[in-house]
Amino acid sequence: MTTTMPAPVENDEANVNDGAVGKGSSRARKTFVYFLLIVFAFVFIYPFVIQLVTSLKTNTDAVDNPLRLLPNPFDAGAWSRLRDTDFPRWFLNSTIVTLTVTTFRVLFASMAGYALARLKFRGRDAIFTSLLAVMAVPGIVLLIPKFLVLNELNIYNTYAAMILPLVVDAAGVFIMRQFFLQIPVSVEEAARIDGAGPFRTFWYIVLPMARPALITVTILSFQGSWNELGHYIIAVQDPKLFPLTRGVAGLTSGQLGSGSQFPITMAAGLLMTIPTAVVFVFFQRFFTRGANVGAEKG
Amino acid sequence: MTSRNLGRQARAGWLLTTPMLVILGLFLVLPIALALWVSVSNWTGRGSPLNSDVGFVGLDNYESLLAEPGLDRQDLMVSIRNTFYYVLGVVPLQTVLALLLAVVVNQRFLKGRTWFRTAFYFPSVVSSVAISLVFLFLFTGTGAVNQFLDVFGIEGPSWFSDSRGLIHIVGESLGVWSTNSPPSGLVDNDVLGLSLWEWFKGPSVALSAIMLQVIWTTAGTFMLLFLAALQDVPTEVEEAAMVDGATTWERFRHVTLPHLRPTMLLVITLGIIGTWQVFDQMYIMTQGGPAKTTLTPAYLSYSTAFNSNKWGQGAAIAFLLFLLIFVLTTLQRVILRDRDKVKSKPRSRRREPQNESSGVAA
Repeated sequence: MTTTMPAPVENDEANVNDGAVGKGSSRARKTFVYFLLIVFAFVFIYPFVIQLVTSLKTNTDAVDNPLRLLPNPFDAGAWSRLRDTDFPRWFLNSTIVTLTVTTFRVLFASMAGYALARLKFRGRDAIFTSLLAVMAVPGIVLLIPKFLVLNELNIYNTYAAMILPLVVDAAGVFIMRQFFLQIPVSVEEAARIDGAGPFRTFWYIVLPMARPALITVTILSFQGSWNELGHYIIAVQDPKLFPLTRGVAGLTSGQLGSGSQFPITMAAGLLMTIPTAVVFVFFQRFFTRGANVGAEKG
Repeated sequence: MTSRNLGRQARAGWLLTTPMLVILGLFLVLPIALALWVSVSNWTGRGSPLNSDVGFVGLDNYESLLAEPGLDRQDLMVSIRNTFYYVLGVVPLQTVLALLLAVVVNQRFLKGRTWFRTAFYFPSVVSSVAISLVFLFLFTGTGAVNQFLDVFGIEGPSWFSDSRGLIHIVGESLGVWSTNSPPSGLVDNDVLGLSLWEWFKGPSVALSAIMLQVIWTTAGTFMLLFLAALQDVPTEVEEAAMVDGATTWERFRHVTLPHLRPTMLLVITLGIIGTWQVFDQMYIMTQGGPAKTTLTPAYLSYSTAFNSNKWGQGAAIAFLLFLLIFVLTTLQRVILRDRDKVKSKPRSRRREPQNESSGVAA
């Protein structure tokens, strides 16, 4: 699990101010830059191409000709065999867990974020300080501790075990709080003068204004819970409950009788990538922005 | 503001934060407390660790990990050694690659820069499981990587089953030592239960393959950080340097690079914190093998508890790792504070586009 802490970059072509740098570019330099880019693009994209092509090969062909881009013979067997395994079940589980986690995470993060940004109450600063402390706890060292609690609460090996610990994410609360801080207070004051209480103000006035932040948290949460592995390892042990990451990770050790059936593992990997890829392509802007807030917390 | 209003606010404040407090309390604070108890107990994973038949063993678990000679300590030291080399390799390389990608993508004349940026960042959003499966395939003995190397007449190793250490290999090829009969001065001297020869092994070939994968995955993430910083390099300074006749390289070296220093520090420290936690790849690809050369503290902690049922020790390893990362995080804080003191100006510059964009979006 590498860092899940991507970053800013709003500006596309329109907002570039790297100014003079490119101006006097000689032809040779341009060629060199394009050459570098193409080499890098090749390195970054080619593995995915190989993945796609291999998923359409027979295993023998995949092993013998790993570099060849034309399957010979063309064989979509891996894809259809996936259907007869637990894979569809895992996909369903991932969908259930991700949607539930994301819904509640967005709701709870905006509730807490609003309270921490705008409402005056005793203990607020203490809560916020604890939140910052909590964000500093490295996730990986919590694996055993979380298992202990799930076990103690008698919910180990249930959907609840996968979902509940993920429905609040300190970074999400932080992002929402930072956003609410930017909204002019005058808006809420107007609502208050009209007689709206804190809940009405939050739900009907402020929350609709927070759309960009809400989308950011939604996307980070979707991507995070879809790709999560460690937590699902310690939360469930019944293959019927596995989400995709947990189930597909087991394919390497030959569960499902896949052995080292590369076409199957490649196809499984591709299928589980599609939802995040789609979200990424459509919401790229928000991806990068939310990450920026997360990264600046330092 | 009336006191009635304040009362309403207080009630609303607590109600709105309740879900967060309950969940974080239950699944973050409570777990840490429970694990702290387990790390000083002899719980074997049966029943509840709070049962009366579970005994308090004091610091035994920590002692067997740090002080007593034996396999437990040796495994921990091996995992720390592996991760040390892993961090030493991954952090500089991913930082340099990220910077290089950012600089190249940032060229103004470039057509399709958005497309390239997306391509480089894409691996960051793909699940580690999917990527690990692809790399397992690419790095098999007769896999794509070795066939590619074969084109240049290089015979690639059987990556994920090769436990030879890089420093051992390099030393042998330079004629410094022979791995068959390593120098006795290194073999006979132990530090914390591991011979010097073992400490100086370097990352194994298998671990190096994982390092390549991780660098490939995360470089795009950090590229975005560098890109953001590059985009507010002050244009006037650049132009002034150009008028003064500075070459492209001089401008990069003396204008751009100093401006990137804070981001560089951030990337390095985030990298260090992230890399010490490496777990997924070991779980998916190697399970710590071959010959324990991809064992890491995070994976060791997991397998000690879940596979060997030594829960006390597994929890103790988790706390030791926690401590280690905490020290590194504190170090990061100190470094970043310095950064803020020196570079308060660029920071305020950097805020501008951000506020603007949220304003527009709202």
